[in-house]
Amino acid sequence: MLSYLLQRVATIVPTLFFVSVLIFGLQQLLPGDAALVLAGEDRDVNVVAHLRAKLHLDEPLPARYLYWAGGVLRGDLGESLRIQKPVLDLILEKLPVTIQLAVMAIVIALVIGITAGVVSAVLKDTVWDYAANAVALWGLSTPNFWLGIMLILAFSVSLGWLPASGYVSPFEDLRANLAAMIMPAFVLGNAIAAVLMRHTRSAMLQVLSADYVRTARAKGLGERVVVLKHALRNALIPIITLGALEFGTLLSGAVLTEQVFSIPGFGKLIVDAVFNRDYLVVQGVVLFTATMYITLNLLADLAYFAVNPRMRG
Amino acid sequence: MAAVVAEAVLPPSELSPGRRALRRLVRRRGAMVGLVVVVAFILIALLAPYLSPYDPLATSWSAIRKPPGAAYLFGTDDLGRDVFSRVIWGARASLLAGLVSVCISLVLGVPIGLAAGYLGGWVDALISRVTDAMLACPFLILAIALAAFLGPSLTNAMIAIGISATPVFIRLTRAQVLAVKVEDYVEAARALGNPHLRIAWRHVLPNVVAPLIVQATLAIAAAIIAEASLSFLGLGQQPPAPSWGSMLNTAKDYLDQAPWMAIWPGVSIFLAVLSFNLLGDGIRDALDPRHV
Repeated sequence: MLSYLLQRVATIVPTLFFVSVLIFGLQQLLPGDAALVLAGEDRDVNVVAHLRAKLHLDEPLPARYLYWAGGVLRGDLGESLRIQKPVLDLILEKLPVTIQLAVMAIVIALVIGITAGVVSAVLKDTVWDYAANAVALWGLSTPNFWLGIMLILAFSVSLGWLPASGYVSPFEDLRANLAAMIMPAFVLGNAIAAVLMRHTRSAMLQVLSADYVRTARAKGLGERVVVLKHALRNALIPIITLGALEFGTLLSGAVLTEQVFSIPGFGKLIVDAVFNRDYLVVQGVVLFTATMYITLNLLADLAYFAVNPRMRG
Repeated sequence: MAAVVAEAVLPPSELSPGRRALRRLVRRRGAMVGLVVVVAFILIALLAPYLSPYDPLATSWSAIRKPPGAAYLFGTDDLGRDVFSRVIWGARASLLAGLVSVCISLVLGVPIGLAAGYLGGWVDALISRVTDAMLACPFLILAIALAAFLGPSLTNAMIAIGISATPVFIRLTRAQVLAVKVEDYVEAARALGNPHLRIAWRHVLPNVVAPLIVQATLAIAAAIIAEASLSFLGLGQQPPAPSWGSMLNTAKDYLDQAPWMAIWPGVSIFLAVLSFNLLGDGIRDALDPRHV
């Protein structure tokens, strides 16, 4: 158990190292003198000199990497040139908004995805199964920013039920907050619901043909108990592990969704940074995201290990 | 002719695996619908100059935000340009981005995956760790970062999408190669004294192509969405050149005055992506009988 844990934790060290090299390498893609590009349009001589010194641009590449990586390890992701704030502070400031959006999206995705998956597996090859599959394919093929625009058109412009944009903190006004977040959460949850539906369907089909389900049926248990208590419970393990891999989809989707609905979260931070040519913020956000992804995958693996006695040996 | 007759009488089990897969593919209605729509989009993209009634870039101050009608089938946009013509020309940017970026992923990913799987050892370890690192960055966020650092343009967006999708092809090729390289025919080729490069190219690669075709088809769908997303964010096709994503970006600001601007570019992305997904699912089922 302990050796597995240590082994698993040890594998993330090289991955994190290569992630950092990759993200540091992004800076090398900038055309021409990095200090000039980073300084922006006004190109103040002092700013350029400051940047050159701060980023050690006059030193060889490996030395620059070491300075940069050393800073990252101390929590210094650099400073936003536009907003004059540490990048990490900006990220932590925006993160709660995106976390709220993500949590709402996951709840919506779980409810829709698992329900549709169970229904289509239990009623395999019926109209319900085909309908659920069609909805999943629709969810996978709809660009979420377009779905967002269509929802705004329907519920904000035509019906006037929900605000098209404008974020309100839940601590200020919970009702207004939920009204502003429900459409974006649905948009974000939609694509993940489709993936979860497909996973649930195949996991349920596998479990429903297992011996213990046949035994449960033979005992004369009601279909509802068999499906929900015996089958779904066992099918949930792979669903949740595979679901954890959707974290990347969630964050990628959040970038577009926040842009459509003008939500001041993590995704909007990276887009705004791109437009302001605030490259250090872009770099910081990507690094932060990758680290979160690696950590979450590690946790999902450990959780799988903890709940599945067969893996403990 | 004789071959056709012979094929018609032969039971399916006596056909070559490729032909059997083709037969299964043709029988799948979803895949065929997907194929027809894909071909239609390719034709639209190729024949754009002949199909579009107006110049997609021509602005007209007398025709600003005209609703759909006889003169303008899909209406006009905020600068009086014909939305129908722009949607037709937009197919070029989207399909080009889909195909080119997947080609980039294949050209980079397949040889690297082949090397990792075939050579093993430290080469495999190094490639696998770098692949893990790339996969740790969410696809679109990596593409945004690459496109941002390379500079906004359609070419750079295609490069960014292609690079971001490469690790999936590396992993897939590597896994397939690991399974194939222990087969007897590879062993035999090695025993005959064939050089490594020849074995990898002539004996291993042809046997890992099937899953790559499936992945490539599905990756085109993902790349079309990614290009539309980057263009929507202003990192892909630059105005005034038409692309479905950038059309939606403009449309978003005129939802209450000109809702038609937002409908057709989105429908086009949806149909293009859906048809590639249907085709990819169909090819997967046809190549892998266990899936049916």
